[in-house]
Amino acid sequence: MTLELEKVSRAVHGVPHISDVSLRLERGSLNVLLGATLSGKTSLMRLMAGLDAPTSGRVLADGRDVTGLSVKKRSVAMVYQQFINYPALSVYENIASPLRVAGLPRAEIEARVVEAARLLKLEPYLQRRPLEMSGGQQQRCAIARALVKRADLVLLDEPLANLDYKLREELREELPRIFASTGAVFVYATTEPTEALLLGGNTATLREGALTQFGPTAGVYRHPHDLATARVFSDPPLNVLRATKAAGRVRLASGDAIAAAGAFADVPDGAYTIGVRAHHLRVEDGAAYEAPPADGAAFRLRASVSVAEITGSETFLHMVAAGEGVDAAGLIALLPGIRTYEPGAAVDVVFDPGHILLFDATGARAGRVLDVAA
Amino acid sequence: MNQSSRASTFIMVLYLIFLLLPIYWLVNMSLKTNFEINTTVSLWPRDLTFEHYIKIFTDASWYTGYINSLTYVVLNTIISISLALPAAYAFSRYTFVGDKHLFFWLLSNRMAPPAVFALPFFNLYSAIGLFDTPWAVALAHCLFNVPLAVWILEGFMSGVPREIDETAAIDGYSFPRFFVKIFMPLIASGIGVAAFFCFMFSWVELLLARTLTATNAKPIAVTMTRTVSAAGMDWGLLAAAGVLTIIPGALVIWFVRNYIAKGFALGRV
Repeated sequence: MTLELEKVSRAVHGVPHISDVSLRLERGSLNVLLGATLSGKTSLMRLMAGLDAPTSGRVLADGRDVTGLSVKKRSVAMVYQQFINYPALSVYENIASPLRVAGLPRAEIEARVVEAARLLKLEPYLQRRPLEMSGGQQQRCAIARALVKRADLVLLDEPLANLDYKLREELREELPRIFASTGAVFVYATTEPTEALLLGGNTATLREGALTQFGPTAGVYRHPHDLATARVFSDPPLNVLRATKAAGRVRLASGDAIAAAGAFADVPDGAYTIGVRAHHLRVEDGAAYEAPPADGAAFRLRASVSVAEITGSETFLHMVAAGEGVDAAGLIALLPGIRTYEPGAAVDVVFDPGHILLFDATGARAGRVLDVAA
Repeated sequence: MNQSSRASTFIMVLYLIFLLLPIYWLVNMSLKTNFEINTTVSLWPRDLTFEHYIKIFTDASWYTGYINSLTYVVLNTIISISLALPAAYAFSRYTFVGDKHLFFWLLSNRMAPPAVFALPFFNLYSAIGLFDTPWAVALAHCLFNVPLAVWILEGFMSGVPREIDETAAIDGYSFPRFFVKIFMPLIASGIGVAAFFCFMFSWVELLLARTLTATNAKPIAVTMTRTVSAAGMDWGLLAAAGVLTIIPGALVIWFVRNYIAKGFALGRV
């Protein structure tokens, strides 16, 4: 099945939840809905499933209008972030339940349940009640129920968010593989950019109920069309700085000017917004600071350290830039190795004009699109 | 055992004796002869007799009282629960115009004394031929039992995640099938508690039950008030009847004892 949303909007009590989303999901494709909490991922999934009806717009399945069709009549399976099973039924009966409702022969049900249980490693627990299992097993049970139905549309709403790290890694790897063979349209909602990148497929980025970009995951990550998409698809958060180009030179709002290079090379003069990913920021010790070279190749600005978070082999350095023009959230650099900084220490932040995402005043991508993900 | 825990044990025992004394005395009286009751104060029956119980179980004018009472109580419980289940589901799952006001109004029904409703019920049921039938009492008791059951069940239902309803819809369950097969087992304890409260309130209610019945559907409590005769009070018989009225309630409590605190909080624990 291909699922198509045509200018779909939904408002509840006058508050828009989804605004004007158009999306075409192909048969057998893996699609990630990426967005922060309250960005509309769940609302959009509920519209896709038919649990809610859009206020305006159409939902098409294989070109057929299914906008008003009840969810019971659609071929949909859904897994929630909370572990939703039928507590009164055994795991076997939970998995079998959509098949029993569909009235399949007993032998067929048995075969499919056993197969799903094998794939999701639930075989030893088939006679237990869902609440007698661990969280990971409960979620596996919910996933098995979604799998066994062989629905045309499989919706997973942050299915791994409530699981511990190890289980999440494991299931994330298995999930696309398990569903790949079914030929279903597979939709996976997540708040984590990393998860989207690991899953691959296509990604749709959502912000405040609106679709900001849809395309192959790596493409959306490397070439966000606008600032909103770049912000959504960035973990740690994107560093955002204001800059002005005039007479072949670019000046950061905080001061230093360098020759226009990289993405800045062929854009007209004017005010721009720069997005820099955390791993593209270099930090130099404040002590070594010297006046910038007249024609410096790199952007350079002064900042003071707020906090250094050390995660094993990497350091997240949170800084506040000196002067105006930096996003209120400050700056974040991802540094290799364990680096200790005193809070308040003065540092120099340096980044290459070739490693920036450039946006014009409206937030749209500007300049030559360079591959900056390297 | 230290001093303070000994003191608390002592107080607890004293309290239990205080609570159980009337019940013990009732049982004590029911096993004595009327002669012993009227002439001596004895802590246990000197002259043990089951004659009062035998009379109740063999005399139709007595045991039909129990049958009548149980009939309307069970009828009322069934009617109340089957009406309250869909109503509570609607209150718990849907928003509609005036839902919160209606929900509160339901409970405020319980605030009016039953005596207020005795007259209209009497007149109405006489007119449509329901007077002096178990149905009359069963329906009249719905007035306060349905709202109560709705309140209790709504609390339990709201504790069930909505996603379970949706998952069932996605799985293709029809609503009745979902409700019976998936949903009701989840709120089984709530149904038990609600049924208990309906049973209890209907069982102890006397005014409506007496007003709406005459001879054919006379409840046991009314039968008991009529043991006062020209020959005086039949104390032993009355005590035996009293003991028998406690038993059904005690049995029901035994079955729902684990959920009763939650029920008192109307499921909102």
